Amino acid sequence: MDASAAKLIGAGLATIALAGVGVGIGNIFGSFVSGALRNPEAAPRVFGNVLLGFALTEAVALFALVIAFMILFVF
Amino acid sequence: MHSPMEQFEIKRLLHLKILGVDASFTNSATWMVIAVILATAVFVYGMRQRALVPSRLQSVAELGYEFVAGMVRDNVGDGGKKYFPFILTLFIFILFCNVLGMVPYSFTPTSHIVVTFAMAAFVFIGVTIIGFAKQGLHFLSLFVPKGVPFALLLLLVPIEIISYFIRPFSLSIRLFANMLAGHTMLKVFGGFVVMLGVVGGWAPLAFIVVFTGLELLIAFLQAYVFAILTCLYLNDAVHLHH
Repeated sequence: MDASAAKLIGAGLATIALAGVGVGIGNIFGSFVSGALRNPEAAPRVFGNVLLGFALTEAVALFALVIAFMILFVF
Repeated sequence: MHSPMEQFEIKRLLHLKILGVDASFTNSATWMVIAVILATAVFVYGMRQRALVPSRLQSVAELGYEFVAGMVRDNVGDGGKKYFPFILTLFIFILFCNVLGMVPYSFTPTSHIVVTFAMAAFVFIGVTIIGFAKQGLHFLSLFVPKGVPFALLLLLVPIEIISYFIRPFSLSIRLFANMLAGHTMLKVFGGFVVMLGVVGGWAPLAFIVVFTGLELLIAFLQAYVFAILTCLYLNDAVHLHH
């Protein structure tokens, strides 16, 4: 196989990480909504934590993006 | 058609060479200086009257101060008061760099890993020094989780050590990758608008409008995450129990 073709396939494979991140972000907001429906009073207090969890999880997707960029442009 | 990565290109505006080291004044440095000047202006100009009933700009300055002060108070406790100026500076600088990057034709210094890694490495080294200065060699017990059987410790201690040393990388890559990805995405969709023209261009344009709002949220959120993680790391060093 051509090296450049293998590069493209590798960069595509690196996006598989998005599956886990999708589950993670869905889990965060899903749990928040179900928790907020049970106890609406407490919802605003944990929203900061929700955003923190969202940002931390989203960062995992961006690590995959960095790897994809490294495969494409660095090697 | 320009490349969407072209916006991250560093251009030398003022050629300087100090002792053989390339210390040119670049567009990245320009926008960092603008961020610092604007942030200083908001705080100094906003607080000049020190009114009991604050004006709009004074409210902004007070809100920012209170926000970070609350963050340090909640996450580090009383021992963190000393480090509050540092956290505030870090938060405001990253926030201004991120938000100024959303201005069209501007440059985002935080989209470069050199910049974010320099900040993250500073935080990491600083926290480690503070930890050793405060706790002495007892600081090493950070790597030993409490209430774990000895056999499991053999596995957990190396993991804890690795996760400690990976902190500056995850801290810097998180910020830089967020900025890089957001700005690249905006420019790619900007290209779609041009390509689709008058007929279909409105659809990606609407997406850009929505996404710009999200990007502003992320610009704030990433500054917040950087500052709050610094607080959590400081808490480890100052209090040592987790």
